[in-house]
Order: sequence, then C-alpha cells, then structure tokens
Amino acid sequence: MSDTIVVLPDQATARLPKTNYLNKENGLLSWLLTGDHKRIAILYLISITFFFFIGGALASLIRLELLTPQSDLMATDTYNKVFSMHGIIMIFFFLVPSVPATIGNFFIPMMLGAKDLALPKINLLSWYLYMAAGTLAIYSMIVGGVDTGWTFTTPLSTHYVNTHVITTGLAVFIAGFSSIFTGLNFIVTIHKMRAPGMTWFRMPLFVWSHYAASILMVLGTPVLAIALVLIVLERTIGIGVFDPTKGGDPLLFQHLFWFYSHPAVYIMILPGMGVISEVISTFSRKRVFGYTAVAFSSVAIAVFGFFVWAHHMFIMGISNYAVLVFSLLTMLVAVPSAIKIFNWAFTLYKGSVTFETPMLYAFGFMGLFTIGGLTGVFLGTAGTDIHLTETYFIVAHFHFVMVGGMLMAFLSGIHFYWPKMTGRMYPEKISQLAAVVTFIGFNFTFFPQFILGTLGMPRRYASYPPEFQVLNVFSTAGASILGVGYLLPVLYLTWSLKYGAIAGNNPWQATGLEWQTQSPPLTENFTEIPIVDHEAYDYEWLERQKEKEVASA
Amino acid sequence: MPENTAIAGATEVEGHHEHPPYQRHHFETMGQQNDATNFAMWLFLLTEIMFFGGLFTAYLIYRNWYYPAFVQGSHQLSIFWGTLNTAVLITSSFTMAMGVWCAEMRKKSALVLCLVLTFVLGLVFLGIKSIEYHEKWEKHHVPGLRYNLDSFLNPASDHEVYQEYHDKPLPLDMARHTELYFFLYFAMTGMHALHMIIGIGILTFMIIQAQRGAYTTGHVTFVENFGLYWHFVDIIWIFLFPLLYLISRHAN
Repeated sequence: MSDTIVVLPDQATARLPKTNYLNKENGLLSWLLTGDHKRIAILYLISITFFFFIGGALASLIRLELLTPQSDLMATDTYNKVFSMHGIIMIFFFLVPSVPATIGNFFIPMMLGAKDLALPKINLLSWYLYMAAGTLAIYSMIVGGVDTGWTFTTPLSTHYVNTHVITTGLAVFIAGFSSIFTGLNFIVTIHKMRAPGMTWFRMPLFVWSHYAASILMVLGTPVLAIALVLIVLERTIGIGVFDPTKGGDPLLFQHLFWFYSHPAVYIMILPGMGVISEVISTFSRKRVFGYTAVAFSSVAIAVFGFFVWAHHMFIMGISNYAVLVFSLLTMLVAVPSAIKIFNWAFTLYKGSVTFETPMLYAFGFMGLFTIGGLTGVFLGTAGTDIHLTETYFIVAHFHFVMVGGMLMAFLSGIHFYWPKMTGRMYPEKISQLAAVVTFIGFNFTFFPQFILGTLGMPRRYASYPPEFQVLNVFSTAGASILGVGYLLPVLYLTWSLKYGAIAGNNPWQATGLEWQTQSPPLTENFTEIPIVDHEAYDYEWLERQKEKEVASA
Repeated sequence: MPENTAIAGATEVEGHHEHPPYQRHHFETMGQQNDATNFAMWLFLLTEIMFFGGLFTAYLIYRNWYYPAFVQGSHQLSIFWGTLNTAVLITSSFTMAMGVWCAEMRKKSALVLCLVLTFVLGLVFLGIKSIEYHEKWEKHHVPGLRYNLDSFLNPASDHEVYQEYHDKPLPLDMARHTELYFFLYFAMTGMHALHMIIGIGILTFMIIQAQRGAYTTGHVTFVENFGLYWHFVDIIWIFLFPLLYLISRHAN
C-alpha cells in the first residue's frame, strides 16, 4: 500500500487556509447562534457522539447482565429500563440524526454547489429541538426511566407500567420535529439550491439517498408524533383510544407507530448507503456502476418502505390476508437494497481499489448489511417470522442492519470527510486497526445472537436457561472488543485535531464539488458559485482539471 | 431554471451590494429565495396533513366499528354553531387572501385592515368553539374528565336533542363508545383550535410588522406563506365539519 492515494504531491505542500468556517468568528455565542450548516453539523456531531456513548454504556450494562443466566447484576425491572433507554437513545438520538444531521448537513449544500441549506435558521432550530429532546430524555432516565421498550407498546405503556412514559414520549415527540425540520430543509435545498448545471442526474448519490430519507422523515415522523400525543393523552386523562375496555384498539397504536417506525429504519440506513456510494467510487477510482439504478433504488426503498409496516405485527392478530400482502411487499424491499449491493460490487470490479480506512468500513458495511438484509427476508416470511419474532434472531437482525450497516457507514463517512471537515488527516494505521477491531468485535457480539434466536432464546429478559450461557459469553466478550473499536476513533480523531497531518484540498482525489474547495471550507463554501459541466464521479474530468491547474501554474 | 441562476450568479459577482436588504446571503436571487421558502411551506403543510392523518385514521376505524354511537354523538353537536363557524372561517380565509393581494399591491393600510379582520374572525371562531366546548362540559360530555352516558342510555332525558331526532336508547356497551366519539371530537377540533391559536399569535406579530410597512415593499413571502398556513387550517376544518357534525346525522 505504498502508493495509496493518501500521499499525493498536493498534500506535501498543503497549508491550513488562513480563514475558514472554524475561525471566521470566535466565541461560544458565534457557535450557538450560527446559521452556518457546517458549524451546525459540528454541533450535531458532538451531541450525537455524547448520546452514542450514553446508549453504548447502557448496552454494556445489558451485555454484563446477560453474562450469567441469573438476573444478578440488576433487578429485572431495572434491566427492562436499561434496554428500553438503550433503544430509545440509540434510535432517536443517535441513528436517526447520525449521518443526515452531521455529514449530510455539512456536505449536501457543498455537493450541490450552494452556500448553505435553504433554511439556516430552521436548521439551527432543529439542533436546539434535538438538544431539548435529548435533555428531556436524559432527565426522564435519571428520575427513573421508562420500561416499555423503545416501541411504547400499548396497552403496556398506557395501562400497566408506571414509569416515566410521558416525559420520554414527549422527548421523542420533540426529537421528531427536529428530524422533520432536517428532512424538510434537505428537500427544499435539493430542489431549489442546486448550482447552475447541477441537474438531478449529476447529483452525487449521497444527495439522492438523503433526498429519499428526507421524504420519509417529512411524511413518516408526524404520524409518530400524533401516536405519541395519543399515548400521553391516554395516560393523563384516559381517553380510551387505545383502551379495549372503552372500545379502543391497542392495535391502532401499533399501526400508527410502525407506520413511522418502519420507514424510520430506512431513514437510518439510506443516508449510510449514500456514504458508501461516495466511498466505494472514490477508492475504486470508478464511476458508481449503474448510477441511475442506484439513485432510483433509494427512491424505491423510500416508497416501498411506507407499505411494509405491518410485518412488525404478524403475531399481533392482524388478518391472514394482511399478513400475506405485507409479507410480499416486504420481500419487494429486498430488491432495491440488492440493486445497491450488486452495483457497489460491480463498481469494485476492475477498479483501482485501495484500502484506506473509509473503504475498510465500507467493506464492513457491505458484508454485514447483506447478512442483516437477508435475515430480514427470513423475518418478512410469515412462517419463519412466527417462529423467530421476539427472539434474539430479531435482535441480531436489526443490529446487523443498524450497527453493522449504519454505524459502519457513519464511521466510514466520518473518516472519509474528516480531512474536509477539520483540515487534518486522521492517523491511517491505527484507524485501519480500529476498523478491523470493530468488524471482529461486531461479529463476535451479534453472530451468536442469530444462533441463540433460532434456539429460541426470547429477547427482553434479564435471565435465561443455563444452556444458552456459552453463546452469551461470546456475545459479551465481543461487545468488549466492539467497545474498544468505538473508543479508538474518539481518541485518535481528537488527537488529529491538533497533531494530524495537513490534509490539503482533495486528499482522496475525489470528484465531488465539496472536494474542490479548501479544507476546512470557507463559511460561504465557494469563492464563486461553481458551474457544473460534468457528471458525478467523472475522474477524467478531475484529471483534466489538474492538468489545467498545472498548465496555468 | 439553471440558465436563470447562472445569469443571476454572474450579476451577483458584479455587484453584491445591490441586493434588497431582505435577501438572505445564501440565495442567488430573490426569485430563488421566494421559491425555496414557498416550497418549504408546502412541505410543512404536507407534514401537517400526515399529523392530522393519524387522527382521521382513528376516526375512520372507530366510526366504522361504533356507527350508532357516532351517529348519536353527532346529534349532540349544534348545526347552528358549526355552520356559523364554518362561515366565519371561510370569511377569514377571504380576508387573508385579500391581505396577500394588498401586500402585493403595496397597499399598507388595506393590508393592516385585512390582517386585523382575519385576526378578529379567528378570535370569533375560537369564541364560538368555546361556547360549544362549554355546552359539552355542562352536559358532562368531556371524555375522561366528566363523562355521563345519560343522553345515550335515556335519550328522552335530553329534551332538546330528543325533540329533533327521537333517538332510541343505545345498549350500554354501544353508549359507552360515544366517549370515543367525543374524544375524537375534542382531539380533532382541539388540535385544529391549537393551530388557530398559533396562527392568531403570528397574526399579532404580522399586524405590528405591517404597520411598520414591512410587507409593502415588494417582499411578500412571509404574508404569502402565512396565508398558505391559514388556508390550510381552514381546509382542515372543512373536513372536520362534515365528518363530525353532518354525515349520517339523520341516519336513524
């Protein structure tokens, strides 16, 4: 790997630019009142990292408890609270905003050749809503937590538990509006802020996947909001909408909740897929194979995503015909997902593949997401679902998609864009090590859970029969490795802020407009608005640009 | 579209200072800014539709299941107040639309007048709504807080309604489901009223701004977008009124 593209002449002479978005204004207030999408992205990055580690700490408590078959570390109802808060924090406060609010916020305007998102104040408002929601969630965790699971399932959440459902519900409600505003901002920006010549089919696939995810945020999240309002009303004044004794139907809540929460899965994964498209193309030095197919597969996932929600309810008493239809529709979602995986594989084929850290994470994503996606087909099949649902199989499935998929994509994106965001390189060797450690730790943690699930170990219990212990010990050991894998990037990325090598404008020789600016960028992104005259991922265009620069110099 | 922005981009390089003061720095042209904010407003209204959509779904399902309870529940609502309120709201939409036109035509005092009229009509709507809510409170038809089934178990005890509809007594099981009807009534009209209150709050701000001449300088996006919001809230009512007050009212 001596001739990786990391060492290019451009870097040897690179200097940090004198003015950039980081030092244009100083002081805490200039950050807290900023309208700059790049600064808001950094604010988001810091806050979601904070919530990730809270969620991670809760996850370690879960794994420690499950080290032994008895419930010995904590009382069973404490365990219920721990896994509920783990789910709520990880989903609503880490996974949903992870890539869109950080990398998306930072780079969508730059990729489109715009100076900012269309609505900078709404963007800032979205961060404040997120922080308010996060504070409320942490508050409700401290005063006693909630033990309904992240799904707030009725009638458990409305009639049978007496924990802090109302405050947590309101926290998620507010976080939902933060997500709506982010999605709305992206859609408006993508429609109205493209630079001259930036047509829809010249946009990077990262933007396409964010567009699809934004549609889901804008259309799905309000339904979750109203469902949570109804839960809060049911608890406070007993309105009976979900109460069978008053004629209400608990299943209605399931429908409303999953109408958001299934698309939410795609809100979480689609932006990650966008990152992978960028990374795979850049480190294979090839245009993404089947650009149009990949772009439309994002939209197809968003559309199909709205019509599969009832596959979460196969065992909850919906009609057999509904099961049949939703099972079939669920299978359909596998098609656009597979289109993406195949097209990335074909992009690698005959490409000049190099193995920098973002690429290692991207490979991790492809493998783990494929396993996660295929086990999703098992679960979408009504017959096997009845056997596997509510077991560790389902836990392993969604962790493969969310952690193995989305978290890998997030880390891939953070490493890939770190030079542009901070102007400095991360240390390559140790980060490659971290990527490998994460991959190994992940498989150790979650693969045993597939086996546990097929053996019939139910989820959400603090104790289990002793014969399951060996695999659980494996899983807990893997979680410790995984923990190291997640701590490492925090350490060396922080280190690199001061000591990292100067990155230069385009350390990866990538083609996107965002890479043709200085690193870190100016507050207004571009000195003049670019005029786009080439397709996305056009490496020949990049070569010609460089020749021109050499000639003019 | 790209050609336009390309030309605009070129002029911008020549003279940055020539922008009108209300143009945000990150937009190339006023046209782009107006397009973007209008589009954002439409998208926001789309999320609002989805938000109300959850309640409409609940209404649809329970109406199907507990049809007799929903019919008798609707007999408790006053057609007179409902129709009057609809008229008030439609008039307020008209004054709002006139307000947008006045802003476009740069007629400052007419704009202020229109906004004040919209404001007053909004308050009238809420006033009438509160008369209706008060009636429910007195008849113990507020779900969860004071709910009484007498009007449905023994319709003759409710003279006014009985004279008009001659409802037959509902069996206890069905009568209890009228509480769901009233919950949906309060949730849907309450959510609608909440939107009205937010709208009236923004109107107050706009009236002050309009008096200072903020919207009559050619920059009308804010008025326009608020108009969209106001009409949207109006349309929600246009659906609520028949669903809650009118349909199957005489189905017995």
